This record gives sequence, structure tokens and C-alpha cells, in this order.
Amino acid sequence: MAFATKLMEKEASIDQCPLLEDNEREKLENLLAPAVKEIEFGSDEQKVVIGGDEVLYRYELTYYNPTALAIEVNDELPEKEFEKKINLIENISFERTGELLTLDAIALRNKSENPEKFKFKAQKLKNSKYPIILCSFNPKAMEEALKELAEKRPIIYAATENNLESMATLALKYECPLTLFVPGNLKKMKKFSRKLQSIGVKDLILDPGTFTDNKGDTMDNFVMIRRLAIENRDEDFRFPLIGIPALVRLNNTNKIENNIREASMAAILMNRYADIMILSGTEIWELMPIFTLRQALYTDPRKPQSVDPGIYEFGDVDENSPVLLTTNFSLTYYTVEGDIKSGNSTCYLLVLDTEGRAVDVSVAGGQLNGTAVADLIKDTGIEKKVKHRNLIIPGLAAPVSGEIEDATRWEVIIGPRDSSEIPEFLKNLEK
Amino acid sequence: MDKILELIKLLENTETVEIKEFRMDFDELELHIAPVIQETIESVPIEPVEEKTEIEEFTPPTKSYPGKVTQVKLGGGTRKTIYLGGQKALYRFEEPQPNPPTIAFDVFDIPLPLPRPIREHFGDVMEDPVEWAKKAINKYNADMITLHLIGTGSRVMDKSPREAAKNVEDVLQAVDVPLVISGSGDPEKDPIVLEKAAEVAEDERCLLSAANLELDYKKIANAAINYNHAVLAWAFTDLNMQKTLNKYLMNEGLKQEDIVMDPTTCALGYGIEFSIDVMTRIRLAALRGDTDLQMPMSAGVTNAWSSREAWMKKEEWGPTNYRGPLWEIFTGISLMLSGVDLLMMLHPTSVKLLKEVSETFTQEYKSIESKDISNWITQL
Repeated sequence: MAFATKLMEKEASIDQCPLLEDNEREKLENLLAPAVKEIEFGSDEQKVVIGGDEVLYRYELTYYNPTALAIEVNDELPEKEFEKKINLIENISFERTGELLTLDAIALRNKSENPEKFKFKAQKLKNSKYPIILCSFNPKAMEEALKELAEKRPIIYAATENNLESMATLALKYECPLTLFVPGNLKKMKKFSRKLQSIGVKDLILDPGTFTDNKGDTMDNFVMIRRLAIENRDEDFRFPLIGIPALVRLNNTNKIENNIREASMAAILMNRYADIMILSGTEIWELMPIFTLRQALYTDPRKPQSVDPGIYEFGDVDENSPVLLTTNFSLTYYTVEGDIKSGNSTCYLLVLDTEGRAVDVSVAGGQLNGTAVADLIKDTGIEKKVKHRNLIIPGLAAPVSGEIEDATRWEVIIGPRDSSEIPEFLKNLEK
Repeated sequence: MDKILELIKLLENTETVEIKEFRMDFDELELHIAPVIQETIESVPIEPVEEKTEIEEFTPPTKSYPGKVTQVKLGGGTRKTIYLGGQKALYRFEEPQPNPPTIAFDVFDIPLPLPRPIREHFGDVMEDPVEWAKKAINKYNADMITLHLIGTGSRVMDKSPREAAKNVEDVLQAVDVPLVISGSGDPEKDPIVLEKAAEVAEDERCLLSAANLELDYKKIANAAINYNHAVLAWAFTDLNMQKTLNKYLMNEGLKQEDIVMDPTTCALGYGIEFSIDVMTRIRLAALRGDTDLQMPMSAGVTNAWSSREAWMKKEEWGPTNYRGPLWEIFTGISLMLSGVDLLMMLHPTSVKLLKEVSETFTQEYKSIESKDISNWITQL
């Protein structure tokens, strides 16, 4: 039973069961197949997995496989610009709470409609750091590019009403996942999905259209597909969804506004089940919120969002080192930890068990209170480690400073509201 | 219980189950088989399952819901009326909402050290809440105003309830949109400040913000009843706490249509997933028929601005002028799509974008034309 539960929650794998016969194994695999099929693309070393979801709402279980983020480049870009953009894509990163957030793929767009140009630019991507999405509606151009990049197992974008069979043939020949693009018509989407499956294409990705001027219909289409996949197990829709926020650029020309609108469209699509997205902007300020939302949506709600309460030491602490207080909400803790480390500060950090709540929330909710802090001081034995009795509390905990003083008989110093100011604050305190 | 549900799910598609090494401990065992089922078991002949070859047509996966979200009226009196909530379904393709999510601009009674991108728009009016409110309406088309009486906090300026009430009166006089009247978060001061504010705003149907379990919520509830206002019920990302608070408020005499819920807004990157989860659960509970959770929801999206990613000057992160509003937009969009009906916000760019999303909630599926994107690969 325990093993079965673990299998369901993907914490164990069928391979760990040595007793299965082959036919039993197949049955079990079918039974355990997620509502949304997992699709892999990229070479073995660069493999990216999308899809795999089991639920409509995160709280019911967890979402699997974070939304893959691709940035597009087109085949008409001059050599230098092309290389520059690829280089930029491969090097963009943003560190948050101890995790390095990066992009996942490059989308090569056949803007020229010319097979030779497409092939030429595809060649340039042979050694790219990330896997590729090949975007062309022209099967001839697609095949030229596939010949170059087959080993990287790119996503083929896209089969449409007009090229369905030839794109399917390519997907089968080169063993690559195929996107089905049927903008704004789920009836046809269903029909073509069925058709592609009947001729043997198993790895599909669905694009019901990102209408940046009709966000309402776009969201409806995404939600309907995902609801049919999860609640009805509709075989025609049990595939990952691709969204293309880059399409905001079809309507506008203002660069800054485009970046803001593109990011906003990405926020909408990520909240509406997009498993992979193609963007165009490479500004870090545009990508930061996208990375951060992805990180948030794909944390596992079953895992505790807290760190162990107690005492943490930074640098070469001694009996004169300052003592700081924070809560055990993991986002709070890792932010504070990162700031102390990046400022090379030396201090003790007392971490209070607030049941994984942030400072302001636990002040309001009553978990951060005088008695709790007094108990923490006693339990950690900090009074034996330092000879002073000064406690620096977060600026957001100022409303409870009085009760902490009363309960602990320590002198309370109200620290900065944002922990990025801790190193500076400690320096000024020394003076 | 969760394990049992998982087991049931696991067995959904199986035809037979073989149990090995079965053991069951019990004191007394009763087996009931309903007569109807018994009959069915006996009488249904086993038919061979036919292969499904026909492609079933696409039908939109709509549902009917036993419950609905209450509609709360704000304003009226001498000002415009706004309705919040009223949803009978979860998604637009099932049934469009009767009212779009509404956005209220934040106005503070005292000048605060707000981030630069905000000061750029409101720096000239931050000394005067009346001018601030007017600018939000005249220049940025605000549908509602939230007047934050921060100065009343005993640790801020300790302004008296009477002084605060004067601010409320002045803003009410100057603008014709509904008002959210918000205390400073001081649990001692808020009930008396809101009571006085409610009195001077009688019959203007404001939203008094906020009642919670940590303060004298009864005083706030009674002020709302006596002077015809609604109450914002604030709980800390906890569905059960929200339920309890709503019940207590209704025990005081408030009705469903007098309450708006604030299940707490954690900003993007600072726990937004908790807000998304609790809001999703509350809305699903409402539609399932839980009468303690059927009120519309509100979110303090402005919280996004306390995230360092929104305000902190840092060259490698690019200008705060863009990332600030985006942080607010992301927080707002995620919560609007989780069912929030009232969003309190600060930056005009964020409000403009959120309004565009909000408008879609009342439109029928496929009621407006989309631009042709079928050839985007070459057009982009």
C-alpha cells in the first residue's frame, strides 16, 4: 500500500518493483500514466520534460514539470545579431532563494519561408546549450532543418490543417514531438489530434492559439483542454499545451510596452496550464517575474515550506556577535541567509517556528510573539554563547517589539524591513 | 482518508482486484447492500464491451454548480454603484460573470516613502489624500478608491478617529466612486477609527477594512450594520480561519451580501502560491454550496511593492520603472485568475493592464473576433 501511494505520487518508480511480469508492467504503466502525457525533447544530455500533470489545481497534489521557457530567434537575423541573441539566451539567469533560474529552449522561426535560410540557421544551432523548437509551416523547410538537428530531438512546430500529413510523416521519420496548431477551434483540434494519433504520432503538443487581443477566449481554450484531459480523460486532449506570449508583438511596436505585455501574457498562460511557452524578449526585468512565478507555481505543496527552527551561525562568531531573529518560512529564511552571506556578515540567526509563515503574516497571525521568542532563546542556549543581551528583530516585527522585551528581558533593536539592508545595518551598529 | 481516496483513484480503471494476505480487525461488522444495487447485481447480464470507434464530437466541458457567489453592492447613495461577485460558475465558457473584477486605487492619508515608480505618478499629490484620489479618478479612471488611514496607527502619527473621519468626509465629498476605508492595522485603534469613519459616511455603502480575529470585530460589524456599509473580513491564508471569521461576523447580524473576504495576499515570490491555493479552495467551496464562503474576495495586490524585486535599485535587474509594475501585474493577474473580485493596487500601468484582463470575465466565449494568427511565424 505504501509503495502504491508512492507510485501514485511519483515518489517511487515501477522499476523499483522487481516482481512484475512484462504484461503486468504494461498494465500498471497505463494505469499510472499521468492525465497529461509527459513529452521529452532535446538530446539525452539536454533533455527537457513537459506535461505530466494530474490535477487542475495545485493544492490537490502538485504540478509536475515546470513550464519550459523558450526564446525565439528568426532565420532572417544577420549573423552577428543571431549569435548575439543565442548567446544572451544561453546565459540569462536569475538566482532566487538558492536556486538558479534559467531558460530551457531556443525557438528557431522560419520567418523567411525559405528552406535554405532555415537550414542554414539550424546548422548554427547544432551546438546550442538548449534544445530547439523548429517553427515553420513549410514541410520542406522543416525537413531541411530536421536533417541538421535530428540528434537534438527538436519539437516540430507545427502541423496545421494544411500540412497535417506531411508534418506527421516528418515527426515519425525523425522521431520528434509534433505540435498541432489549430487556432481558436477546439472541434477541429480534437479531430486532428485523433487523426495524428491514428497514424502513429504519439508525442503531441497542442497549440489552441495565443490570441493576445482576445485573452478571454485564449484562457477558455486552455482551460477546456486541460479540464477535458484531467476530468474526462479525453484521449484527444491529454497532451501538453504550448502558449506563445511573443505574439503580443504582432499588434504593437513599442518595445517597452511589448515586453510588459508579453510578460503579462506569460503570467496569464502559466496560470492557465501552459506547459511550454515561446517568448521573444530577453530583458532580465521581463524574465524575472516569469521565472519567479514559475518557481512559485511548481513548488510542491506537500513538502514543508519551512526550515528547521533553532540557531544558525554565520562567519566566525564569538561572544560579541550580534543576534538576529527571523521566521522559519523557507522563502524568508533563504532570503535572509542569502543577504547575510552576500554581505559577509558575522552573526547568530535565531529562527523561530512560525509554522512556515513569513514575518508580517506571523506577526498578524500571532505565531511571532513574546513568549515564543523567549522559549526560542532558552531552547537555543544563545544566552551561553553571547555575553550581550541585544536582539535584532525584523523591521516588520516592530509591532511586537514591546512584548518580546517583556518576555525575554533582552533589549530589542528593530532591524531593517528588508533583509538586504542587514549587512549595512550591522556595520552601522558596530560604530 | 487521503490514502483511501488515492487507493480508490488507483483502482478506478481496474476490473478485478486480487487481495493477498488480507487481514481486517474489527469489533463489530455490519454489511449493508442496498436492495436496488442488489437487484442490479443480480439482473444485469454481462455484455461484451463494444469497441468505441466513433469520434465523439467536441463539447465544451461545462458543469453546473449547486452554489453561487453572493453579489455585494458598494456605493449607491450619492455615488456610483459597483457590484462585486455574483458568479454562478467557475469559468467564463460556462457562464460569464455578471460583474467584472474591480480595481481600487490606493490612497494614503499621510505621505509615505513609496517606491519611485509610484512617486513619479503621484508625487505631486501625496501630501493630500483628496487630490490623490481625484488624480487617480480623473487621470487614471479609477473605479474605486481605497483610503488607507495609516496615520491613525498609535506608532505612526496616532491621529484621532475624528481627524481620520475628516479625511474620509473630504474624500467622499471630492469623488463620486465607492470607497474602501482602511485602518492602519493597529488592532486597538482600527475598530474605533472605522466606527467613526462609518458614521460620517453613513449610507454611502463603503467597505470597512478590515475585521479579523485579532481585534474587536464586533465593533466593526456593528458600525457597518448601523451606518449601512460592508465589511472586509481578513484571515491569514487559512480557509478555516476565514470560515470562522465569516461566521462570527454573520452572528453579529451581517449578511453574506455585507461581507467581502480577504484571504491575504502574499506577493509574487513571497508565497503567492499560498494565496492562489487558498483563494482557489474558497471559490470552489462557494460554488459547491458552502454558505460560509460564498462572499466575493479581495486582494491587497499593492503588497507586491514590498518585494525587493519591485523596488530595489540594482543595475543587473534593470529599471524599477518596468519591473515594479510587472511585479504588481503578476501578483494581480495570478489572483484575479484565482477568483478575486476586488483588487487594491497602486501603479497606473499595472491597473491599466489588469483592467484589460478583467473586462474579459463578463464577455461570452467567442463573442469577439480575434486577429488572424495562423501565419504568425512569418508575420512576427
